[in-house]
Amino acid sequence: MRELPIWGLMAEFTSAADLAIATRRAREAGYRRMDAYSPFGIEAVTEELGFHRTKVPLVCLIGGIFGGLAGFFLQYWIHVLNYPQNIGGRPLNSWVAFIVVTFECTILGASVSALLGMLALNGLPQPYHPVFNVPRFAFASKDRFFLAIQAEDPKFDIHDTFRFLEGLGARDVQEIPN
Amino acid sequence: MSTSAQIRDVTFTVPERWYRLERQSLIAGVAGAILCIIAAIVSPEHFLRGYLVAYMDWLALTLGSLAIICLIHVTTAQWGFAVRRILEAAARNISLLTLLFIPIAVGMTRLYPWAHPGADRDFLTHLQRPYLNPGMWILRAVLYFATWNISAWALSRWSWLQDSPPDHAYRRRFQNFAAAAIVMWGWTMTFASVDWMMSLDNHWRSTIYGFYVMAGQGLSGFAFVIIAAVLLWRYRPISEYLTITHLHDMGKLMFAFLILWAYQAFSQGLIYWAANLKDEVNWYVNRTTGGWWWVGIAIILLHFFVPFFLLLSQDLKRDTGKLIVLAAWMLVMRWVDLYWLIIPNFPDTKGHFTISWSALAATIGIGGLWIYAFLVNLKAHPLVPRHDPMIYRVIEAQEHGH
Repeated sequence: MRELPIWGLMAEFTSAADLAIATRRAREAGYRRMDAYSPFGIEAVTEELGFHRTKVPLVCLIGGIFGGLAGFFLQYWIHVLNYPQNIGGRPLNSWVAFIVVTFECTILGASVSALLGMLALNGLPQPYHPVFNVPRFAFASKDRFFLAIQAEDPKFDIHDTFRFLEGLGARDVQEIPN
Repeated sequence: MSTSAQIRDVTFTVPERWYRLERQSLIAGVAGAILCIIAAIVSPEHFLRGYLVAYMDWLALTLGSLAIICLIHVTTAQWGFAVRRILEAAARNISLLTLLFIPIAVGMTRLYPWAHPGADRDFLTHLQRPYLNPGMWILRAVLYFATWNISAWALSRWSWLQDSPPDHAYRRRFQNFAAAAIVMWGWTMTFASVDWMMSLDNHWRSTIYGFYVMAGQGLSGFAFVIIAAVLLWRYRPISEYLTITHLHDMGKLMFAFLILWAYQAFSQGLIYWAANLKDEVNWYVNRTTGGWWWVGIAIILLHFFVPFFLLLSQDLKRDTGKLIVLAAWMLVMRWVDLYWLIIPNFPDTKGHFTISWSALAATIGIGGLWIYAFLVNLKAHPLVPRHDPMIYRVIEAQEHGH
């Protein structure tokens, strides 16, 4: 891949509504390689960015089922196969009593797989990202809203995109150094 | 469009189509009441059992609605804005249910073993006398109904006072009162479930029982409000303010109460199963032998597992057609669960499955009157509390595409 002189352009907005409108316009203008940054989640923006379903829920479900089965059969193996003992005349396979541990292991499996699945699928931890080269980007976690269009985007042209972003009512448009 | 223009534009009345439903439910209520009277003449004992099932079932919708109103106020939930008046209309039905409690109070000696003449010969009943005696039982019932009526009417009345003249000053009052009311619901319902349901077998006790019944009430409440909200969603003003995200949230909360209910039910079962003491475990033996076994299995599978796996799906919770069917199904299974809790308490039904026709008749009778009174309540006031400050957050969220 050719080395681009900059990573992209970043527009700064003062309200969530402006960011939502800007994202929709950018999408309508044909930009695809872009991302938005805001202090809180804005559903309209996520929809415009075309965030699709992630696979995390599926990973979580599989992890939960696996955890539950593992929890149950761990007890089954101990109490029925490996070390059977008569406890108060109850059946060896005391499944009612096994449910508690099965339930806890289901939650353990589901939550651990959700966490690891999320990290595996979103590429975190990521120690370096060019957007942080823009000093004002720190405000993305306070009260400012940013839209970044990457130079990789086929429609990207430093001058046109710059003017386009300015035309969206951005407070400021800055280059993102690589 | 500005926010105030949007608020003024809409009508706030119940759709006219619903007037027909009002007449139909009144006819069902009267027909059910006549069947109940016949059943009460034929066999008062069997009638009262069935009536208690129906009564607790509709009480669950009413108190569930009251608890959800409190939840909305305490958490200032956005999903609650468009459905609050629906819940208030349902919660005010507690006045109807106060009246409908009279047959149970009158028939107490036929229904509860500790109230039978000569019950004192049983030593345990003798020891329970300071708590389980008719006078105290009636006194407590009066206190429960007073608490619930005050809660439902106070929350409704302040809600109307918000309307005219427009007054935004109620938020703090709602929040404080609702916090107290939800705690009072916990207290009163714990005792009420012991008085009205658990004492049907006064040799058995369970400390989780009240919470178990209340989790069921929360579930009934959410199932009811989802049904009502989806049906009203076709019309203004609910269509203006209720969004799919709100329904999704209510679906999630119904899911949470389903899990909570199952958790209570299982915890109780596990403890008695593990202890395996003769006095305690008989309660389960009565409910798992002679045909009741299949009812129990049906509850585990159809009340918990099937709805649980269906509700895991986000698509289902955002599909109103499917969600309303599942909510209706939950109400059916709530009835089955109450039937399974109440009916196998009596000498001729312990370990012997029977169909209680009077339970069905009373469910239709109370239900008809309940829905009729609900619709009358709903008509009396605007369907949305349009001057609640929450409206600005709801509209803002809609503008951002929530």
